Amino acid sequence: MDEIRESLLKTSIATKKERIGKTLSISALLLIAIVVVSIFYFVASKGLATFFVDKINFWDFMTGKTWNPSVNGANGKPETGALPMIVGSFLITVLSAIIATPFAIGTAVFMTEISPKYGAKILQPVTELLVGIPSVVYGFIGLTVVVPFIRNIFGGSGFGILSGTIVLFVMILPTVTSMTVDTLRSVPQYYRESALAIGATRWQAIYKVILRAATPGILTAVVFGMARAFGEALAVQMVVGNAAIMPGNLISPAATLTSVLTMGIGNTVMGSMQNDVLWTLALILLLMSLVFNIIIRLIGKKGELK
Amino acid sequence: MKRSWVITTIIVVALGGWLGYSYNTRAQNGGGTQMTAVGSTALQPLVEAAGEEYAGKHLGVFINVQGGGTGTGLSQVQTGAVTMGDSDLFAEEKEGINAKGLVDHQVAVVGITPIANKDAGIKELTQAQLIQIFTGKITNWKQVGGKDLAITLLNRASGSGTRAVFEKWALKGAESAPAPEQDSSGMVRSIVATTPGAISYVAFSYADKSVQKVAIDHVEPTVANVTTNTWKIWAYEHVYTKGQPKGQVADFLNYLQSEKIQNTVVPQLGYISIHDMHVQRKADGQVINK
Amino acid sequence: MSAKTSNKVATIVLYTIASLVILLLAALLGFILIDGVPHLSWHFLTSPAKAFQAGGGIGVQLFNSFYLLILTMVISLPIALGAGIYLNEYAKQNWFTAVIRTAIEILSSLPSVVVGLFGFLLFVVQFKLGFSVLSGAIALTLFNLPLLTRSVEGSLKSIPDLQREAGAALGLSKWETVGHVILPAAVPSIVTGVVLSAGRVFGEAAALIYTAGQSAPALNFGNWNPFDITSPLNPLRPAETLAVHIWKINSEGIMPDAAAVSAGASAVLVIAVLIFNLLARWLGKVLFKRLTAAR
Repeated sequence: MDEIRESLLKTSIATKKERIGKTLSISALLLIAIVVVSIFYFVASKGLATFFVDKINFWDFMTGKTWNPSVNGANGKPETGALPMIVGSFLITVLSAIIATPFAIGTAVFMTEISPKYGAKILQPVTELLVGIPSVVYGFIGLTVVVPFIRNIFGGSGFGILSGTIVLFVMILPTVTSMTVDTLRSVPQYYRESALAIGATRWQAIYKVILRAATPGILTAVVFGMARAFGEALAVQMVVGNAAIMPGNLISPAATLTSVLTMGIGNTVMGSMQNDVLWTLALILLLMSLVFNIIIRLIGKKGELK
Repeated sequence: MKRSWVITTIIVVALGGWLGYSYNTRAQNGGGTQMTAVGSTALQPLVEAAGEEYAGKHLGVFINVQGGGTGTGLSQVQTGAVTMGDSDLFAEEKEGINAKGLVDHQVAVVGITPIANKDAGIKELTQAQLIQIFTGKITNWKQVGGKDLAITLLNRASGSGTRAVFEKWALKGAESAPAPEQDSSGMVRSIVATTPGAISYVAFSYADKSVQKVAIDHVEPTVANVTTNTWKIWAYEHVYTKGQPKGQVADFLNYLQSEKIQNTVVPQLGYISIHDMHVQRKADGQVINK
Repeated sequence: MSAKTSNKVATIVLYTIASLVILLLAALLGFILIDGVPHLSWHFLTSPAKAFQAGGGIGVQLFNSFYLLILTMVISLPIALGAGIYLNEYAKQNWFTAVIRTAIEILSSLPSVVVGLFGFLLFVVQFKLGFSVLSGAIALTLFNLPLLTRSVEGSLKSIPDLQREAGAALGLSKWETVGHVILPAAVPSIVTGVVLSAGRVFGEAAALIYTAGQSAPALNFGNWNPFDITSPLNPLRPAETLAVHIWKINSEGIMPDAAAVSAGASAVLVIAVLIFNLLARWLGKVLFKRLTAAR
């Protein structure tokens, strides 16, 4: 009797494995959390030095329109107005996401709902292939194809927000599309069946049921696309012109946070004011993507299928 | 379950045995000196090429050369994280660097020339015109005898060595007007080559047939003119060490400055040998005849 | 507009969008391949790069790219799997998981140059790993984790709860259900995620410039001792990858055939991703068949 009793009371192997498994998986998650926190701390500690160590006025930094940290402006302080880059980054990201989203959703719907056969055979491999093309190559194509195209149509030098937007649109399209496809595929099959069963046309089923059910996932895909657009440096840097002046229109040279950051970081000395202000740009980048994230999450909650 | 355990054990033991064996039989690099050079991307190919030749002659020495930019090179050599810091500028010219602790080794000279798009229709300018163009006072090539075409300025990234040299010697210290920027010579060349009316500046080695080199005040941008300081827009390429170099590092730096490297790799890469220079320039810009 | 007309219009619109996208993507791929393929040769694929003479190849860079990719995946896949499993199977919907999810998404929007500098100051300088494959792999892991975790979580989520209930009904613990039922069923979709992130890793340049370095010392492919500096397997040697090489020759390259090398290297990169893609798909299918009852 005692043996049975003992074996019943003893923690079973399955329970032990369960515990080990749970510990393993949560430690992986915590590891990621630690990484995120340490990067945040790292960027913040360097970025905030601009205001605490170099004593640059926060508002001057955020609203100033002249960027030239190695030169002292009229007031005897370095010219560190980051507004042109903030506006540039914001415009490029939002514009490219606005263009890419309908294309991505359209393609994804085509791939999952209209023609799954061609979708899986042609579109999916191609989109996945495009994710792997290095941004340098995108930038190079932008430089040799997009920039002259814009120059011939709109005049000017061809460098500017419009060129950057087009390049980024093509860059984020595969990412957004393939993530949207994943989301649409995870919509349970019986949603489609029940919609069709009550007499909905295919479009009605797509529009009123499937897309609604997939809204949070699609929004995540868009956020990821925007995130990539936001953080992208090398390709944008090649076509945007990198002139840190307020963008008056879409075809005059402008600059983004990342392009200024990437160009300057190797040329400045760590710990100097010129270096710190670049880290502040990185910090702004982080905080702005945080804001984006929260906004999209709020929208996602509203659009969710009840 | 059992079989997979056996297989796993065999794999682990085999892997461990292989690693242990490898560790024990690894090549015994006599002394195994490793030195790292970080910094200017313009200087990287020279140090890399010389480093390979040097390592070929001195077995066991390994020279690791990386880019990262002049600022990175100087800050890392200052903190002692790397052995050598490659720089396009005198350490004195770089803000945030304490030049006192660093020892300068000039390993090459680089000449810089203005380049323009071929459609602009000009081959030379006066220095006054060049300054007016870069400060935004002249905006059409017509005003300097070229075609009726708007001028598009293109700068190197602020903080870049080439830009600092150009502003100091070609623009007499004038600050360039706000303009598009690029951070690499290759990009600058290809943009100037394809954008009508564009003007910028690159090192001699990048100025190929796709762009128009611009002479200033009738002086052609040639190597001979640089060696006599007739063409004034040039700079040294520096390798900095923290304190006087010792042992293999000193030996390698001597090798870099030796006739052999200066007469082969240096001109092949489009630099100018330090031995060819008839003048010497100090950090404060003072020029003396050798 | 009646439901039927709008259905027709919508179908036409969707077809148009899809064909436009196909056209765009095909043009892009065509541009890269037509530009690059004529420069390819066995010599180009196997010989080391030359700094300032014509006729250099990309052999070392190609190997480095693959080695770095494998090392990155070895580090990041277990972490992403663990995190994905926890997020989907164990985590409750509370503020803590919401914060972590947001953190992961923010990590993915970090400009890669920031990740690169973080890796440089922490791994290369602080931990003294030097410019090395290992530093590069860790930096790429940071950059890869968000996408991979997301896709693992998504793949697990798409497995119907029916399977979990079936597992529970058989008396399996949650972990056993995940290990024996859910994970095998999710393999094809996880493989897609891995392929996607592998593509990004393959094409990443900015994060590697400061970590894996931009020089590719010649390797001795007869020497497979991982402790030798000339051995291809040594994780502590500097390793310029293909994408970094393309970046470098486009920005500072002075070899006379820079444009050709860059075009050829881009084509190789695309073809490599394609092959990798097909292989991974095939592997996913085989795994799926072996691990589940599906035939």
